[in-house]
Amino acid sequence: MRQIWPTPGGVHPPENKTQSLGLPIAQCPLPPQVILPVSQHLGAPADPIVSVGDKVLKGQLVAEAPQQVSANIHASTSGTVVAIEERPLPHPSGLSGLSIVIEADGKDEWCELQPIEDYSRSGPTELIQKIQAAGVVGMGGAGFPAAVKLASRTPITTLIINGTECEPYITSDDILMRTYAEELVEAIRLLDYLLNGPQEVLIAIESNKPEAIEKMTAAIATLNDPRYEVVTLPAKYPNGGEKQLVQMLTGKEVPSGKIPAALGVVCQNVATALAAYRAVTKGEPLISRITTITGNAFSEQRNLEVLVGTPISFILQQQGYSKDTASRLVMGGPMMGFTLLSEECPVIKTTNCLLAPTQEEAPANGPEQACIRCGMCAEACPASLLPQQLYWYSRAQDEDKLKAYNLFDCIECGACSYVCPSQIPLVQYYRAAKGEIRQHEIEKKHSEKARERFEFHKERIEAEKAARAKAREEAAAKAKLRAEEKKKAEEAKLAQANSQATDSDTTPSEAEAKKNLVADIIAGAKKAQDDPARLARNITSTEDRLKKLQAKVEELEQSAPDQAEAIRARIKETEVKLKSLQDKQATLGNSEEKQVDATLQAESNSQSDITLQAEKAVEKMEMSANQKVQRELDTLKRKLAKITEQLASTDEADSDTRSALELSEKMLKEKLRKAEAAANSPASSKADAKRTLSGDEQSAVGDAITRSMERAMQKQSVDVEELRQKIQTLEARIEATQERIAATDDATTKDALRKGLVSMQTKLEKTQALYDMAEQSSE
Amino acid sequence: MSLPQITSPHSHSQNSTSNVMRTVLIATIPGIVALTHFFGPGTLYNLIIACSTALACEAAILHLRNRPIAFYLNDFSALVTAVLLGIALPPYCPWWLVVVGTGSAIILAKHLYGGMGFNPFNPAMVGYVIVIISFPVEMTTWATPRGILAEGQELLGPLSALGHIFSDASIDAYSGATPLDLFKHQDGLTLQQIYSEQPIFAEARWAAVGWEWVNLGFLVGGAYLLYRKIFTWHAPVSMLVALAVMAILFYDNGSSQSGGSPIFHLLSGGTMLGAFFIVTDPVTGATSRLGKIIFGAGTGIVIYVIRTWGNYPDAVAFAVLLMNFAAPFLDYYTTPRSYGHEKRRVIIKDSE
Repeated sequence: MRQIWPTPGGVHPPENKTQSLGLPIAQCPLPPQVILPVSQHLGAPADPIVSVGDKVLKGQLVAEAPQQVSANIHASTSGTVVAIEERPLPHPSGLSGLSIVIEADGKDEWCELQPIEDYSRSGPTELIQKIQAAGVVGMGGAGFPAAVKLASRTPITTLIINGTECEPYITSDDILMRTYAEELVEAIRLLDYLLNGPQEVLIAIESNKPEAIEKMTAAIATLNDPRYEVVTLPAKYPNGGEKQLVQMLTGKEVPSGKIPAALGVVCQNVATALAAYRAVTKGEPLISRITTITGNAFSEQRNLEVLVGTPISFILQQQGYSKDTASRLVMGGPMMGFTLLSEECPVIKTTNCLLAPTQEEAPANGPEQACIRCGMCAEACPASLLPQQLYWYSRAQDEDKLKAYNLFDCIECGACSYVCPSQIPLVQYYRAAKGEIRQHEIEKKHSEKARERFEFHKERIEAEKAARAKAREEAAAKAKLRAEEKKKAEEAKLAQANSQATDSDTTPSEAEAKKNLVADIIAGAKKAQDDPARLARNITSTEDRLKKLQAKVEELEQSAPDQAEAIRARIKETEVKLKSLQDKQATLGNSEEKQVDATLQAESNSQSDITLQAEKAVEKMEMSANQKVQRELDTLKRKLAKITEQLASTDEADSDTRSALELSEKMLKEKLRKAEAAANSPASSKADAKRTLSGDEQSAVGDAITRSMERAMQKQSVDVEELRQKIQTLEARIEATQERIAATDDATTKDALRKGLVSMQTKLEKTQALYDMAEQSSE
Repeated sequence: MSLPQITSPHSHSQNSTSNVMRTVLIATIPGIVALTHFFGPGTLYNLIIACSTALACEAAILHLRNRPIAFYLNDFSALVTAVLLGIALPPYCPWWLVVVGTGSAIILAKHLYGGMGFNPFNPAMVGYVIVIISFPVEMTTWATPRGILAEGQELLGPLSALGHIFSDASIDAYSGATPLDLFKHQDGLTLQQIYSEQPIFAEARWAAVGWEWVNLGFLVGGAYLLYRKIFTWHAPVSMLVALAVMAILFYDNGSSQSGGSPIFHLLSGGTMLGAFFIVTDPVTGATSRLGKIIFGAGTGIVIYVIRTWGNYPDAVAFAVLLMNFAAPFLDYYTTPRSYGHEKRRVIIKDSE
């Protein structure tokens, strides 16, 4: 005998299994219609591949699994697709879901099937694909795609075939084992083959199914394979749960958040195994199943072979359901099943039971009393949780505590609710708490994403702002540079004029600063070395330094003689430098003439430049206005087309929508006409174009023109003023130079000075002419 | 067409709080029978007064709290408190003593903390402690049991008992110290000497006349509750084992320093009542299995310590209240390891 490890908790609700076992399996008649929801399993819903009006055959694929964790859906009878629409789903939520509705033609005609007679010639991968294509999912209740479980990557040592069926009332697996024991053993051998021969193959059946145990034991005896064993488990709810089963048979617990494959175990329900076998050897997709019809509200309780998609209402009618005596209509068993909200729901792949208990069987829950902390729930919990603490924290919505108390290890078996003397619907609290926590986690993720997006957006905006600011700065710097260059040229002239009167040359501090700037800019240029202004400044500063050094030397002579020596050496250096600078200055006088000419030319041009720019601005404005109008026209046309289209497609009966659409069409047409008129007019003349400009645009153009004019005027007046100053300084410098000529003894210096004087006089004349011209134009 | 939406499970054990409480009440019967047999009808009067007071107080408070009165009275929880207190109080004690004790239990210990399910301290024990501290004389006078009554004396009849309860007349003639009390004040004597000198011990089969049977009565009731799965064995068994272990450790071969034999401790005073009816109170005890074991053991040890070295002759009430303090703490540190987890989760870490 095999060791069976004990499990904690569990309850022993009344089994109520005999009612439905009195009769053998019967075939449910063909319903007039089948409803096939595209989501009957865990994972992604399947995508419909048929359209309304299509003729389909029994077993034909009607909805395809988009990915691995999903399942194909096949037509369960032949007929015509009459609708692909939202229908009520057999789901605890009571929501509707996309379903393919097939009107049965009554022929129940199969499509062509492709059985694999000898599967041992095919590899497991190919067979698993076949099972997947057949849409086989876990039929014990969860509906997990069977192929995914069988395609386990970890090596499997134990295959558990689940025939426990611990939930009260349900007998579909029991009767399946009794009826199809031999075929089931063949099916188990297929799974054995698919999993590359695990070390043990255990068929777990609860002790309350002696007939099934007997039949299965007899069936495996013919195999003569010691790996195969029928294991009788004590009847206790929820021993049939996958986790509990693994624990009882292997003594190991499936780690929290993992699947049994992590322990080298695969569990498959008996009905799933059979469906997989039929998919391979007969080529039949999963389109029917055994469902237990039970509860005293049915006049006949038994197991039915039902086509997937059969409307519940059809079965109710067949089995003599009495609506008046039923306290509720449950899909699944009394412990984990859910109430159906509509009789129009169909039977799906996971529907193992349809329970319609009377008031006596399932009386309405009494009012919830205060928890007396009796701890019966903790005793009943198969997962060793503390249901009572979970209850308190669910009520307090303390999510951290709930997680700490392992709420998510709750399998919602309902054992705690079952035993609670205060009739507290504990499982309901846990489901709600789980839902809330999941919801909050989703929201948290969303808000985090939103925050990231926002921050990214902010950064981008900042970056753009910075880029714009930089561009503006650069543009401003360029403009300034140009202006300064112009100014520099004048300053240079000024400086040159002063070159021979260095000592007496005094410039205001503002002018000095400007000179510095200009000097900096010119530094890059080649002629910088020869720049007279800089020379003049250099001479001045060198002289200054010389004076300072000499003063320092005097000071130091007494205190620190050796330092004074060093300073004296520097004085010498400075004197040499000064001399060379002065020489250079003297030779430069000649080259200035040309520069003055160039400046003159530029200045006379500048005025016409401004006028040109103003004109261009106006033109640009007009251009853009034209384009704008054109664009507006296009949009209006598009809108109109759309509205007209909508109008055409709108139902005659829907007068509200129609009149609204008509109104907007009219308005659009009016707008379009105006826009067209506006678009045509600017082509004729500039003056007309101006009329089409909006007020803002007009004033913008006006402003631009005014600004240009002002700038021009300013420039002119500044020029006149500057010229006047220039003349004055030139005159002063000529005078000073003449004085110096008189005072100098050195012949070469005298010569140089004379040359400079001549050039200065020429310059004075020219400047005078310029001044006259400027004065005339400004007046 | 609408079908009812009801969440699973659709099946219920049909167990209810009132069922639980009723079962507890039934389980007290053997003990009460023994009490009445050995000490006369005093306990029955205690029960009547206590139950009436409890129901009146419960109804009044429920009314003040705007709660449905019938709904809560039907859960029998007030009656359980009243019965346990009525059993614990001395037979023939004055009626007002019972009223004060029961009133404190229901109003102070239960409803002021939030009512059913929310009280941190065992209400019956709070009521008991209040009266034992306030009225020590009345509380330590216990009727003499049948079998060792003085020559010519008989147990009080129902009518004379009523007279004692309501007229405040002394029952000195019929009363004496409890075995635990006697034991406590017999310093310098060896166990052998005490047992031979005191008729209450000398006439006894195992521990003390009357008391041993009362304790056995509650043991039977407790066994019934265990059988009915009203509670688990953890807390009562660990309490009895801890008490016995303490008694063995300090037995001292029955010298004058001895704390008494294990049998004596197990069958004296309120040991069995405490083990099966007080320590097992779910509301005020620990909930996890390990927690229950520690809770029970702690109670047993404290009972022995107070009995042997403390000032009060019996200590069940004090011991239980002290351990009530520790219950939430015990629950924090004794959460069971859940399925699929390698270690049990330390909840306290998360709560900080």
